[in-house]
Amino acid sequence: MDLHHQTIHELRNLLDKGEISSEELTQKVLSHIEQTEKQLHAFITITPELALEAAKRFDQSRQAGKKPGALAGIPLGIKDNFLTKGSRTTCGSKILGNYIAPYSGTSTQRLLDAGGVMVGKLNMDEFAMGSSNETSAFGEVHNPWDLELIPGGSSGGSAAAVAAGQCSAATGTDTGGSIRLPAALCNLVGMKPTYGRVSRYGVIAFASSLDQVGPLTKDVTDAALMLQVLAGHDPLDSTSLDVPVPHYAQSLVPDVKGWKIGIPKEYFVAGMDPEVEAAMLQAIKTLEGLGAQCGEVSLPHTDYGVPVYYILATAEASSNLARYDGIRYGYRNKEAKELISLYEKSRTEGFGDEVKRRIMLGTYVLSAGYYDAYYLKAQKARTLIRQDFTQVFKNYDVILTPVSPTAAWKLKEKTGDPLKMYLSDIFTINVNLAGLPGMSLPCGFTQGGLPIGMQLIGDSLQEEKLLRMGYAYEQATEWHKRRPKL
Amino acid sequence: MFSFSRGKMKLTHEEVKKIARLARLQLTEADLEKYATQLSAVLSYIERLNQLDTANIEPTAHAFLVPTPFREDKVKPYTEQELSLQNAPDREGPFFKVPKVIA
Repeated sequence: MDLHHQTIHELRNLLDKGEISSEELTQKVLSHIEQTEKQLHAFITITPELALEAAKRFDQSRQAGKKPGALAGIPLGIKDNFLTKGSRTTCGSKILGNYIAPYSGTSTQRLLDAGGVMVGKLNMDEFAMGSSNETSAFGEVHNPWDLELIPGGSSGGSAAAVAAGQCSAATGTDTGGSIRLPAALCNLVGMKPTYGRVSRYGVIAFASSLDQVGPLTKDVTDAALMLQVLAGHDPLDSTSLDVPVPHYAQSLVPDVKGWKIGIPKEYFVAGMDPEVEAAMLQAIKTLEGLGAQCGEVSLPHTDYGVPVYYILATAEASSNLARYDGIRYGYRNKEAKELISLYEKSRTEGFGDEVKRRIMLGTYVLSAGYYDAYYLKAQKARTLIRQDFTQVFKNYDVILTPVSPTAAWKLKEKTGDPLKMYLSDIFTINVNLAGLPGMSLPCGFTQGGLPIGMQLIGDSLQEEKLLRMGYAYEQATEWHKRRPKL
Repeated sequence: MFSFSRGKMKLTHEEVKKIARLARLQLTEADLEKYATQLSAVLSYIERLNQLDTANIEPTAHAFLVPTPFREDKVKPYTEQELSLQNAPDREGPFFKVPKVIA
């Protein structure tokens, strides 16, 4: 298989044996980016000089006999809402179109310290607000499995790039499904860890009570590798959990005999694409074949997830995005003569349509007289959604659901109807509201050759169970080995 | 799960204008109509929350309730002032430059 289609653990093996150098690998990946980028548009900024410089450094330290880091020489893509010192960081927005990050965030720094070679900054929905990557101010991303389709969002550049072999793995952020949805639509493993598991210092905020950082990879082993590097306490993020990080590689055991899997009946209702449903039923059979026990469970407040999310996430976003005022950094309108019009003109010209819509929705639900009816009500409903999961996890190891009701859809299909777009996230949003870890992984293809993903949800800090079950499933199936023709 | 009602909640242009003013955004007449329609559709969908009895339920602000972490209040040197200032839309030496705000 072509180098650019190999997994991190396969490449590490070749690098460690000296069969390839990290410079060769990086060259190969950069030229593959050059060949494919016109079709995909997965990157906002490509950083070839930085990448080659880092690759050479790792080759030299390998030759000098130094023990390589966990990701030494591996080409990585970084979503463009992660601050990367000295490189442009746009968050997919015109308002940060020329912003050069003055420091690197903790998660990015950890990847670089482990030897990761950043090849570029990945395209995304503006401020991570979108499910299709069509709200990016830098243009849409195309799905490598079918260029007329969306890759999913908001980490759409991350998913397209990894699936197409433009990098071996990528970072993403997940506020309502932004790692898991694009991973599913591009045949990747996407891990959203427990809220607080990975530091968000140096990641541009969208909705602070929901945002979490995680990896998009070609298989579960790579997800474990990446999570190992990313996870851990960070004093610079006050929501970061100060609890020990397990050795995730130890979870890569193909044994789930006697494990109990909950199948929530609310996730299997009319409206789901029959091919997706068939793939889920097949996955359940496969897991039962491995000795797991599947049982129907109920998450009765499932239906309230989308409304709760679009109150809480927009409210938090309207507050977080108040900082873009055109004063200290970011886009500024040059004609404004006084302060209020400087704010208004800069923000009006700097933000895109979807971001404005969400800022206004958030402003409305927080405005005087509406707080109790919307924000407080949503926070209470959030408690009920969380309790649903807590109940199920008393008796079950993991919950299995689809990631998306359909496979990837056509570009422009949902852009005219925001509500229709918001409903793309119905199966992923509640995991964020409950703060739980969720992982999407490949579980089949439609007749038309499009990837279908399933989601494993675990109790708080139970990433190990997701990895173990995902690994066992992966060992019994071949879906994750398919690569798009491009 | 995929059926939703629309149009029950209807924001007026005046209300959208007020929201935009609070959010420091300027809208054209065409924007007003577009956002009034779209925001109304989302708010109508959100109304389903009213079916839920939350009388005795505590709100959840964060999924993981951890006590506020404290750290020592120590001064650390910051040496990269220039890197931060280089992003300024307008500057003069080590200062951010803005239009005159006091008449």
